[in-house]
Amino acid sequence: MTSATAPRSDVVIVGAGILGAAVAYFAASAGLSVTVVERGSIASGTTSRCEGNLLVSDKEVGPELELSLYSQTLWRGELAEHAADWEFEAKGGLVVSSTDRGKRALDVLVAHQRSLGIRVDDVADSAALRQIEPYLNPAMAGGAFYPDDAQVQPVLAAHHLLRLARDRGARLLTHTAVHAIRAARGRVTGVDTAAGRIDAGAVVVCAGPWSGEVAALAGVTLPVLPRRGFVLVSEPLPPTVRHKVYSAEYVENVASSDAGLQVSSVVEGTPSGTILMGASRERVGFDTTFSPEAVGRVAGGAMELFPVLADVQIMRTYSGFRPYCPDHLPVIGEDGRMPGLWHAAGHEGAGIGLSVGTAKLLVQSLCGEPTDLSLEPFRPDRFDERPAA
Amino acid sequence: MTAPQPDRAGELTFDGRTIAFRPGQTIGAALTAAGVTSWRTTRGSGEPRGLFCGIGVCYDCILTVDEHRSRRACVTPALDGQVVRSDDPNEPLPMMGAHDG
Repeated sequence: MTSATAPRSDVVIVGAGILGAAVAYFAASAGLSVTVVERGSIASGTTSRCEGNLLVSDKEVGPELELSLYSQTLWRGELAEHAADWEFEAKGGLVVSSTDRGKRALDVLVAHQRSLGIRVDDVADSAALRQIEPYLNPAMAGGAFYPDDAQVQPVLAAHHLLRLARDRGARLLTHTAVHAIRAARGRVTGVDTAAGRIDAGAVVVCAGPWSGEVAALAGVTLPVLPRRGFVLVSEPLPPTVRHKVYSAEYVENVASSDAGLQVSSVVEGTPSGTILMGASRERVGFDTTFSPEAVGRVAGGAMELFPVLADVQIMRTYSGFRPYCPDHLPVIGEDGRMPGLWHAAGHEGAGIGLSVGTAKLLVQSLCGEPTDLSLEPFRPDRFDERPAA
Repeated sequence: MTAPQPDRAGELTFDGRTIAFRPGQTIGAALTAAGVTSWRTTRGSGEPRGLFCGIGVCYDCILTVDEHRSRRACVTPALDGQVVRSDDPNEPLPMMGAHDG
């Protein structure tokens, strides 16, 4: 039952991380009335515990690559006027291989990526690597440079996208949990929150690794699970690492589903002078316990790429939970099992970069318009399918 | 000859200036007591920095102590004869960063 007394929005967005902020921005820009409901504060989950990568280099093939390239056109196109607000840096990414065998495998991947339209420059040997990154370990065999890899400060990006959404009329409720998703006659009609009921024709779940819990409020199963990662932050340093630099094993680990601890090196500088070091991956639920093993291995990997870091102090570490789906693709669009329930989650470690493309496509679909890319590969109900007997 | 003890009073030099300290003071405390409140600038806009958190967390008060860069003034004991200087935020790290042994 709905009554005339509850506030009403065209769209309720659950979560004020980067995805919720991006969906709010594109929905408000499309003229929809929008309410964002966040149980904590803006960007208080995964968005504030990552590195802010906008990568094309770690995408091997398929729909995620297309979504990545599409998102890049938005960051660099219609959103470019705000680039300084979120510290957009088109710094480029350098993938480094430590062995000749690894370099040959990388060459195969690079040839494939080129055929898909990714810009890649071959980096033939150690000398060429050190022209790009002078502090790099001279023992490295070679690599590949991706000029289109970029970075934003994700907390700033979420805040400014929400500011732009509010300029366009969106409403934001922080420290307000969603208790229930209301439905009538088989479709979603709104939410019950700590601040009361909100009627809406569409509820968009943007709750990162907690999206499965929120979807369960509507009675649907969404297999988005947390994959923990640690990041180490150095003391502020003079310019030392110029690009995003990572080991060739990183691409392999991103695509893996192994539950055990995996570490592959990612090292990059920030405008404030600190260096961020990652990346560990492990499936331990929402356990936030400090892991000396994970942090030690991340530090070791960073020092292998950049021996100079051995004499640098770690200022702090943090961990976060990447939201991942079993097939490593996000869930984007309306849930076929519950009309009116929409999802934008499960981007794993790529959610910052993919957020704007995800949001724009979702809003196109929400408005009944043709989408610039097909959302079929990201269908939220795809996990229910069983092979035909 | 014995090593300088942190529980003794003494003098250190900061950017060439002599700073006296009392027993138990950190470098940050000694500098602040001598009226020096800023000894670093940020890399981007050159904003002045000195003690902020005062408990070793924020790394805003780093300086060079006896040629070891990036020491936290707030938790580093003042020792007699120390040579302390401001870090140059743009001074490159040495190219070979290997351990000295």
